[in-house]
Amino acid sequence: MQKAGGEDEIATAAGCPSDSGMAGRASACEGCPGRELCSQQGGVDPDQAGINVRMNAIRHKVIVLSGKGGVGKSSVAATLAMALAAAGHKVGIVDLDICGPSVPKLLGVEGMPVVNSEYGWLPLKSPHYDIKVMSVGSLLTDADSAIVWRGPRKTGIIKRFLKDTLWGRLDFLIFDTPPGTSDEHLTVLSALKQAKPDGAVLVSTPQDSALVTVRKEITFCNKMGLRILGVVENMAGYVCPCCGEHTDIFSSKGAQKLATEFNLPYLGQVPLDPTLTQQCETGSDIFKAAPNSVSAKAMSTIANTVLEMVKQSR
Amino acid sequence: MSTQVDVQNRSADVPEDAPEHCPGTDSNAAGKSAACAGCPNQTICASSRPAGPDPDVEQVRQRMSTIKHKILVLSGKGGVGKSTVTAQLAFGLARNEATQVGVLDIDICGPSIPKVMGLEGEQVHQSASGWSPVFVADNLGVMSASFLLPNPDEAIIWRGPKKNTLIKQFLKDVDWGELDYLVVDTPPGTSDEHLSISQYLATTHVDGVVIVTTPQEVALSDVRKEINFCRKVKLPVIGVIENMSGFVCPSCKNESQIFPPTTGGAAKMAADMAVPFLGRIPLDPRIGRACDEGKSYLDEIADSPAVVAYNSIIGQIKAHCEAHPAGAH
Repeated sequence: MQKAGGEDEIATAAGCPSDSGMAGRASACEGCPGRELCSQQGGVDPDQAGINVRMNAIRHKVIVLSGKGGVGKSSVAATLAMALAAAGHKVGIVDLDICGPSVPKLLGVEGMPVVNSEYGWLPLKSPHYDIKVMSVGSLLTDADSAIVWRGPRKTGIIKRFLKDTLWGRLDFLIFDTPPGTSDEHLTVLSALKQAKPDGAVLVSTPQDSALVTVRKEITFCNKMGLRILGVVENMAGYVCPCCGEHTDIFSSKGAQKLATEFNLPYLGQVPLDPTLTQQCETGSDIFKAAPNSVSAKAMSTIANTVLEMVKQSR
Repeated sequence: MSTQVDVQNRSADVPEDAPEHCPGTDSNAAGKSAACAGCPNQTICASSRPAGPDPDVEQVRQRMSTIKHKILVLSGKGGVGKSTVTAQLAFGLARNEATQVGVLDIDICGPSIPKVMGLEGEQVHQSASGWSPVFVADNLGVMSASFLLPNPDEAIIWRGPKKNTLIKQFLKDVDWGELDYLVVDTPPGTSDEHLSISQYLATTHVDGVVIVTTPQEVALSDVRKEINFCRKVKLPVIGVIENMSGFVCPSCKNESQIFPPTTGGAAKMAADMAVPFLGRIPLDPRIGRACDEGKSYLDEIADSPAVVAYNSIIGQIKAHCEAHPAGAH
């Protein structure tokens, strides 16, 4: 028995150069169906100038990543945006999850239409601190219709979010991403090459089966030269409201250990808190509704740490 | 002058910058029709379409013809427990040693199946009859992109077209042999992987789709889209499972809704969307531990309410498959 496909299969699985300047041009690209697409994207992008203009008016760009689905990227991104805005900064949030856009709900702008002006698409203004929001969820009239788009179409809309949206001058633009390491992630990092993002906030839950995927995201960030500002451990334990018993539903401290292993800053942990889940469900502001809750305090601390880190890098 | 922006939800295959009468990047006329003249994507479309029907489709059909029942596990939302449900479903079906079961993991970027089925670090091997699945037990084989990587921390950073090629390869080159059940784990979303698997399996019989969700509206809103996707691509929905549905405190035994069903939960959503509801699985930390250890959860802790729920759900899925054999619809 030989290894499947010989060396080629394994080389292309681990060595596909889609994330580098050799995309579409390396010998490994021979015969690949994505070759034309990759080599086109490796060249000069006509949209780049427009993207740079918009992004250069924004001081700090922070990308919330995980690799793993359902760990709370959108909840952390939205709450981080609210924490920064509550501290007086001008904040925007762009939702790069095209298939499952959660940001409009979390920021209380569901159902609001995006309006086109002569200066570009006007982002929606959240009732919370006037945070500017852009999401594909706000661009479709039927909320339940599935957005069944292949990679190239998703790439197109993401570039429009960056190039055609009138973000204006902002202190922070937070990028919420979908799970994975694919089109959306490659597109945003390629688009921001010249605008230089401050870095990534990695969100994970504590258990091994999530960390298996998050480790790949760390590899992705390293390959793409994206600084990791730190790791947030979400859903870190549950305290029963009746008796105070603490249970580690999704194991414990896994993300902390991951941060140590990869020598990454550990930004903090957020517990499984029905108060936070409830606020997210209703698109409310936990800092106003429950400022003394465990999760509000945890997120404030995380936001302050992120603030310190981005200031240091400029 | 301000006007409302409405991104037309045209067919998945029509790029943003395509001209008015674009035939679609997946059509046989892609790149060749009169409407393609001047389109920036014309060269890509024309060069990536072979002239004639896709020979791989027939090969897929042949491989799939020795598999009696095919079940896709979908969600739309990430982190709701698709891989956990896929693994427990496979373990449950394979309890009867005479039942041959296969698990196909088409989550290319975040393949969780090897971890939750205790196969981390395994590699794929090729025989004269194709790629061999990696076996958990004599009657339970698994295939995942993870098995192609020399190191589990390696990221597969691929755009859509390359992911589609691998999925096609899984379907045409893996030598499953004769299976009673093939359970397919999918990534979150409604994108390349989902379109590809539904297109490649279109010429074979798919028993249906099991949809997994958690109770809260943020998950349900993605799941409604997934159900609509299934309707669009004509995949029958076997039913919806509400996972992480309540947590019973081990100390005081009171139940809390950690993921509150603010809009009525999955049962109401299933009723509204006219799809069957298969049941609720409560949160049990032992499930997470079993997944981390790659074990079957069902026999380890048979007294758990979550296991009772799993057994009922597995029974309903089997009953659906037996009632709708290939050729019956």
